[in-house]
Amino acid sequence: MKHLLSINDISKLEAISILDTAQELARVSDGPMKKLPTLRGRTIVNLFAEDSTRTRISFEAAAKRLSADVINFSAKGSSISKGESLKDTAQTLQAMGADAVIIRHGASGAAQRLADSQWMSGSVINAGDGTHEHPSQALLDAFTIHKHLYKSESDLTGLRVAIVGDVLHSRVARSNVLLLSKLGANVILVAPPTLLPVGIESWPCEISYDLDSVIGSVDAIMMLRIQMERMSELFFPNAREYSRYFGLNSDRMKALKSDAIVMHPGPMNRGLEITADAADGARSVIVEQVANGVSIRMAILYLLLAGSQEIGAAL
Amino acid sequence: MSLVLPAPDLTRALTRISHEILERNAGSSNITLLGIPTRGAHLAKRIGEIISQIENTAIQVGTLDITLHRDDLRLRPPRALMPTVIPPLGVEGRDVILVDDVLFSGRTIRAALDALGEIGRPKSVQLAILVDRGHRELPIRADYVGKNIPTSLEQSVLVHLTELDGVDEVLVEGSAQ
Repeated sequence: MKHLLSINDISKLEAISILDTAQELARVSDGPMKKLPTLRGRTIVNLFAEDSTRTRISFEAAAKRLSADVINFSAKGSSISKGESLKDTAQTLQAMGADAVIIRHGASGAAQRLADSQWMSGSVINAGDGTHEHPSQALLDAFTIHKHLYKSESDLTGLRVAIVGDVLHSRVARSNVLLLSKLGANVILVAPPTLLPVGIESWPCEISYDLDSVIGSVDAIMMLRIQMERMSELFFPNAREYSRYFGLNSDRMKALKSDAIVMHPGPMNRGLEITADAADGARSVIVEQVANGVSIRMAILYLLLAGSQEIGAAL
Repeated sequence: MSLVLPAPDLTRALTRISHEILERNAGSSNITLLGIPTRGAHLAKRIGEIISQIENTAIQVGTLDITLHRDDLRLRPPRALMPTVIPPLGVEGRDVILVDDVLFSGRTIRAALDALGEIGRPKSVQLAILVDRGHRELPIRADYVGKNIPTSLEQSVLVHLTELDGVDEVLVEGSAQ
């Protein structure tokens, strides 16, 4: 495995190997010395053409804990805002000797384009491309679910996970459906029909339009952010109506199973898809998702970059 | 392929190492055994059991994975990480005994010293090895040796343990030239 572009590219065994590696690396984040020499001398570029807090900082923290050098590069304040193309940017990074590029881009397929091109020779890690995929988020979500709900088995067989909200614009939802179902979980998407993409019937999951009929049966519920910046037309009458039908509030929290967990990839629109008491309650693992994100991203960087550039044997 | 350490000899070697550890550290109260996965971890567990029988008290036994500190990571495909388990009393101020199956170049032990330094500052670090096959590339030696087996670089030493391989034995493969 040289790149991490899509959950479709990794097998179940590879996914489990990433989760197991993250489990061991989490120990480093918990220990007194949060630094390992493993990637000393490697240069990792954070190429963020779209805004991000969590993902960028998380990748940066992960790279630094493994002693890699990190160059941050965002659209604002770089030549991308002057209209430089992805190709020219990539060739610049190649000339500077980047061993890996972590790319977030508004265009679906940008990471794939970068990996397939001959513009640069390093690894490409997709940190979110348009409405397509966000594989590291799905891996950290699977890691969080596994940590809370399963102690022994290495996959998620038998668990039922609801993903609720704006599936149409969500790269998190797509990566999660692919990964969680690959790991044996039963995924159910809950959204108004206007917020489901065309071709959803072919996804390996169930679909429901009624949150209240689903909520009592799930082990984990993942609320998606309503992506105002991608809403070019009216997908629901108004925010209050959306909250009433698809928001996670204190009444719906009571309907959840007693050991079910509440997840959100962030950033949250408090009061829209999730109320403050649901987001801050005892069942919420939202802050833990962020901490787990660092371990997962350390595992990805370790498995992609630590060994020789041959096809990974541990993967 | 020749058998250099059959099961009874292997057990006797571990028993002797256990006694030597107790002698040198004047008892078991301050010792912590850390095995290097995979086979070192099983050997540490066995030595811990022998010592706890002799001393009639529980022994601090754990494992220490050194993969992230190896100096040959770039030369090979990525390796899977093994568990590190630090026993409850930690390593701070303890007499830590690293346990591994074969001592060869010494690079694994160098990595283990780095990995250990990240966890804490032991009072002392000692090294127990089942087989010392020579060919050191670093200034490292073992404090406790099960058996010295002179080998050529073309040979390989195979340690089999009941827990993993169903049998206790040490074999040397290849010709001595």
